[in-house]
Amino acid sequence: MSNKVIYGVFDDEEVLLTSAKALRSKGVRIKDVFSPFPIHGLDPVIGIKPTRLSNAAFFYGMFGTATAIWMTWYMLISDWPMNIGGKPNANWIENMPAFIPVTFELTVFCAAHGMVLSYLLVNKLYPGRKPHNPDLRSTDDKFIMEIQSSENKRVSEDEILSTLRSTGAIEINQKDLK
Amino acid sequence: MNYTFSSKTRNICFILMAIGLVSIVGAFIADSHRAWPSLLLNSFFFMAIALGSLFFIAIQYAAEAGWSAVVKRPMEAIASYLPYGAVFLGIVVTLSALHFNHIYHWADPEILHPTLENGQPNPHFDKIIAGKSGFLNPVFYIIRTVVYLLGWVLFLRAFMKRSEIEAKGLDVTNWKRSQSLAAWFLVFFAVTSSTSAWDWIMSIDTHWFSTLFGWYTFAGFFVSALTMITLVVLYLKGQGLLPEVTDNHIHDLGKFMFAFSIFWTYLWTSQFMLIWYSNIPEEVTYYMDRFANYKFLFLLNLFLNFFFPFLVLMKRGSKRNYNLLFFVGIVILFGHWSDNFVMIMPGTMKEHWHMGWVEIGTMLGFLGLFGYVVLSKLASRPVSNPTHVFYQESVHHHI
Repeated sequence: MSNKVIYGVFDDEEVLLTSAKALRSKGVRIKDVFSPFPIHGLDPVIGIKPTRLSNAAFFYGMFGTATAIWMTWYMLISDWPMNIGGKPNANWIENMPAFIPVTFELTVFCAAHGMVLSYLLVNKLYPGRKPHNPDLRSTDDKFIMEIQSSENKRVSEDEILSTLRSTGAIEINQKDLK
Repeated sequence: MNYTFSSKTRNICFILMAIGLVSIVGAFIADSHRAWPSLLLNSFFFMAIALGSLFFIAIQYAAEAGWSAVVKRPMEAIASYLPYGAVFLGIVVTLSALHFNHIYHWADPEILHPTLENGQPNPHFDKIIAGKSGFLNPVFYIIRTVVYLLGWVLFLRAFMKRSEIEAKGLDVTNWKRSQSLAAWFLVFFAVTSSTSAWDWIMSIDTHWFSTLFGWYTFAGFFVSALTMITLVVLYLKGQGLLPEVTDNHIHDLGKFMFAFSIFWTYLWTSQFMLIWYSNIPEEVTYYMDRFANYKFLFLLNLFLNFFFPFLVLMKRGSKRNYNLLFFVGIVILFGHWSDNFVMIMPGTMKEHWHMGWVEIGTMLGFLGLFGYVVLSKLASRPVSNPTHVFYQESVHHHI
């Protein structure tokens, strides 16, 4: 069985959105959409799950908090206690107000950097990666919808093509995948 | 659609007001030293919520915010309590400044003169307060109080007048006038929100001062006002009103509650940590008093007003869960009432404080009055204002 990829080219993001809704209602799975800017409300339509990046960020933040607590305890209470401004230095909790700024900063630092690195890794955005863009016009003024026939065995290819055409695709390109 | 102020709800408000009246009268008979600070606390707390709501309305205009047009009527209803709150607070602080009670140390005329009339040294002379008497004297104090309260109430009236014109039809000129009104109000509010906090609350601990106090007080009542707006909107949603208010608007209100809880904590920490670190006797007295007799409440406030909303409201889903948001809102409101309690009581009641029938009863009484005024205002006109310039933008708000 042939494995084809179909590219529907649109020149308006609203038209693409209605077309995507029509295709989804017929049970067509849309692989991806290439667009010069984020299309509002597209994610639930093409079936992208809400990101879990925020959950990861919470744990990165917790890691930062824990690091800061350990660091301040080890450096200023355990390893080398110092008398700064006559403050009690026998235990961590009595010194805690002085450590709030560094705890806050490390929490934000770890959450922010962790999020950025996770984002880049999950989206495979690292140096030396080959760009995966079917049509360079999608970086300018066109919106490209990518559908793979191997993922859509229940819907015939003709139906996908006719739906694309009837819902306003200005151009349809097909490519065989090996 | 109109909100109907049912007789059942009305009766609840009346019962609360009756409880408050009994508590206030009973407190004056039993122990007037306890009644006055409780009156100051509750009249200030509810007035400040109305003021915070007025400030929020002004911000919407100044920032040309579109999303909030559908929840503007609830905000106006909350702000409409301002004149009532102003009358109560005005009476309480004026009588306090005239030394009808001992809330304000500086109001005592005996402490101002180094010598008595017979030439002997005055044992009650207080050099620090005498040095501040150019600012903290009853006449100037009452003038300032009248300027703040009257100023805010007049601005509220102007906003309400604009709102009436707004209800008549789409009118961009009216919106622009509202915007310049908002700009003027914000300038007036920027100064008076700080100075009023110094006068009404910080001057209780007359010897002490904090340059952050105005902002700290403001942060507390602003987050209370945002929470109250959210609670009223959720209540109206529960009544089947405000169909145009979607999860997206509620989510935004929840974000405001979350963000300004953090803002309050930021100011709380900034004030506390610098004083703790420098450890200068004239500054730390404030926190010494609180740690000596109010330690549990002082730390509880940090939990209720920061850790609880921070951890619970952090997730997107919890800001879209109406029941959870309502519950968090009630906790935040109690937390800030209790925060105000710890601002007012240590300087007035010292170690003899109670949080009992007087304070809770007075709070319920003011809550009844507040609820009555706000709900009557809501019932007096439609809860939607489709002729607001940004109404369509607000209806299509999506995040």
